[in-house]
Amino acid sequence: MTTFTINGRVVDMAAEPDTPLLWVIREHLKLTGTKFGCGIAQCGACTVHVDGEPTRSCQTFLEDVAGREVTTIEGLSPDANHPLQRAWIAEQVPQCGYCQSGQIMQAAALLAATPNPTRDQIIDHMDGNICRCGTYVRIISAIQRAAQEG
Amino acid sequence: MTPTQQPQSRALSRRSFLVSAGSLGIVVAFASLPDLAYGATPATTAEGDFRPNAWVTIAADGTVSIIAPAVEMGQGITTALPLLIAEELDADWDRVRVVQAPSDAETYGNPGFYGIQLTGGSESTRGYHALLRLTGAQTRMVLMAAAAGMLNVPVRELTTEPNRVLHPTSGRALDYGEIAANGVLPNPLPQTTEADLKPSDRWRYIGSRTIPRIDVPSKVNGTAVFGIDVQLPGMLYGAVLRAPVQDERPEAIDGAEARGVPGVTHIVPLPYGVGIIGETVEATRRAKDLLNVTWSTTSRVRNYTSQRLLDEYRAVGRDLEKQGVPAHITGDAEAAIAGAKTVIEVDYMSDHVAHATMEPMNATALVTGDRVEIWAPTQGPTGTQGFAAEVAGTTPDKVKVNTTLLGGGFGRKAEADFIIDAVSLAKAVEGRPVKVIWSREDDVRHDKFRPLEAQHVKVGLDTEGNIVGWRHRIVADSIFARTLPPVFAEAGGHDDVVTEGAKFNYAIPSHQIEYLRQDNGLAIGFWFAVGVGYTRFAIECVVDEIAAARGIDPVALRLELLEDQPRARRVIETVARMAEWDRMRDGRGLGIAYSDAFGSHCAQVAEISLNRDTDEIRVHKVWCAIDPGVAIQPLHIEAMMITGITNGTGHALFEQINVVDGEVQESNFDTYRVIRMSEAPEIEVAVVPTPGSPFGGIGQAGLPPTGPAIANAFARLTGGIRLRHYPFLPERVKAALES
Repeated sequence: MTTFTINGRVVDMAAEPDTPLLWVIREHLKLTGTKFGCGIAQCGACTVHVDGEPTRSCQTFLEDVAGREVTTIEGLSPDANHPLQRAWIAEQVPQCGYCQSGQIMQAAALLAATPNPTRDQIIDHMDGNICRCGTYVRIISAIQRAAQEG
Repeated sequence: MTPTQQPQSRALSRRSFLVSAGSLGIVVAFASLPDLAYGATPATTAEGDFRPNAWVTIAADGTVSIIAPAVEMGQGITTALPLLIAEELDADWDRVRVVQAPSDAETYGNPGFYGIQLTGGSESTRGYHALLRLTGAQTRMVLMAAAAGMLNVPVRELTTEPNRVLHPTSGRALDYGEIAANGVLPNPLPQTTEADLKPSDRWRYIGSRTIPRIDVPSKVNGTAVFGIDVQLPGMLYGAVLRAPVQDERPEAIDGAEARGVPGVTHIVPLPYGVGIIGETVEATRRAKDLLNVTWSTTSRVRNYTSQRLLDEYRAVGRDLEKQGVPAHITGDAEAAIAGAKTVIEVDYMSDHVAHATMEPMNATALVTGDRVEIWAPTQGPTGTQGFAAEVAGTTPDKVKVNTTLLGGGFGRKAEADFIIDAVSLAKAVEGRPVKVIWSREDDVRHDKFRPLEAQHVKVGLDTEGNIVGWRHRIVADSIFARTLPPVFAEAGGHDDVVTEGAKFNYAIPSHQIEYLRQDNGLAIGFWFAVGVGYTRFAIECVVDEIAAARGIDPVALRLELLEDQPRARRVIETVARMAEWDRMRDGRGLGIAYSDAFGSHCAQVAEISLNRDTDEIRVHKVWCAIDPGVAIQPLHIEAMMITGITNGTGHALFEQINVVDGEVQESNFDTYRVIRMSEAPEIEVAVVPTPGSPFGGIGQAGLPPTGPAIANAFARLTGGIRLRHYPFLPERVKAALES
């Protein structure tokens, strides 16, 4: 059994300790907002927070999060009103939307540490998250909006 | 329903209105289904009911449910199409609920696209708009007629505002919900024609910049359900080990180690690989890696090496003795070129590119007796029914397809291989659903790439510099020969999608397009803008080569060639103004390109620089002017241009698949390079609709001009050096600079 906290809830997982956290979240806990994109930490679709740090859950294993706190897109805010979520709607960022949970989680960590990032800081921080629909310019706008509107 | 009650006709005159048994809803439906009662919206109709046959359902509380007949892969179509019905129906958009169409081509097939349910080709708006608007208008007239009866006034005294019928003289009004609950169906039913549609100056929703996409909120809070997110009671997982080379098959399977993985329940030999079924996704992935398979070695795809073949294709293109299948002929191009003063003869090429949709291939299937139910991110519900039926040994009408959101499509999800996986494995465990998820490595290696292709373009100019003849030879394998053999055969061996975009609207007296198919066995497929993505690369670069030969400005030349095309001229003039075309930038080059593909006019200017140390091109900014005819949702058209331009930049600079002896060399985002945020250009888009013109396609219209705009900017930056081979990798840039 591996015990950890996810979105404020303590869970005991019987899965093998070397199971990627991604599959524990998606298929055992059925929190499917976190996405599988590459499995090798190259695309960022699976980004969650572990103790507040943006983390690629596909290359993090169940045993790595024992006793730690995991936050997924479902737990980012109580009623989906995080400034980034509001900004994402205002800027109509998503196209297919598949990568956007990971984008938002990655961006949330940026704003937590750097409330008013420059454009270059945004790009530097977000460059590991691929969007195949190419929504990058709207992602940048949405992060800037969230930083402004708080 | 029984088979005899199937809809008989798609003709509008046969459309009928049905009142449910409890008078709780008015349902707009096609044809004769007199006994079918709808107490609920299509999404919640009784289990086993395959054919809801309805576009609009109005509940007593005034909620208007509207069917979205096309699938959502990010292009905004599940907002745009229902919006067309809502516009004519005068529904209150805030009270509209959109319902994804079930698999039922008879009712929901695209009238402009073979009558099937397949979302692609930027054909949805173009194919559906007339039907949907007429449906909305007729529903409104029915509501007004019923309201006339309820208010005891002549129908001509009535009007509507969103979700209400008004009687201005008396000040009385009825909500659509009240009419749906208590109204009597008019007899005879009012009929509608195009003349009954709203004039564009009365549109409330079409053209609005403030209507958000319906799917966006679910995509920022994790609740959006893509195919890969499907969860069903008792669901098992599946993984498939595929042959390393296409068309090979397993000859011997050693599954001992794989079987030992806890949670693995079945190992299923398949004609093209080996399937694993298990209780957890991680068990199937682990077991797949432990399979020891001996593969056949007879596939002719083993002879496929892409860079060698591309050299051959180029040689075929250049060898004018080799006759192609004529795709388009105006005048006698060869004779005109023979008599020309100046001849420009060049080759353009592109490598294979992969789709790499962010959501890898996946599908979930449940086989129960002769019934199959599928949950999948598919672009083609109709094709899915057919392929699934074939695998399961049943008929397509026994296959129910639940189309989820698609995490990217780009033509890849019009294929059926991932569906076949799911049904094949589900058949082995009848009664339990199986979700098959591909690895990213398999998604890339076993993609159906955009064709490898070479184009030979030969253009003749007279003494004045006028273009007298244009010959365009396209050398590539066929997509339709594999995917739509009857269409390919009927076209006499011409592949309309591979040569797509070669035909243009420039005024040139003689124009000849030829297709030279190269059948080398590797399955190739549709991609973002498919053929247009490379034909316009060649065309738009050649136009700039002509401008350079004549010593005139590329914008001026295009305007000259489009003298009688006001819409085309307007997007070119608009984008030139936006980019300040005549303003020189230090160390930067500007290039322009234009496309009239998909029924939309799109012009773009790219501003680039070149790093002389690394030979890397940087695209700083792209300006875009787009005239889609009618702009249903301008804000979302802008978004689609952003998608096209960003991917257009990435595929022109980076994207490349290499096949060596039939084995794909790239496998994941570490080896298949797609554009990232730091490489994406800034983008400025102007949507300039032309009211009263036809509805144009939007999904793919933004991509084709980007690559040639970059290549044209490069030539202007470097004093005329041409890049003629996608992608513009640093070694190719270096070679071009040194040549």
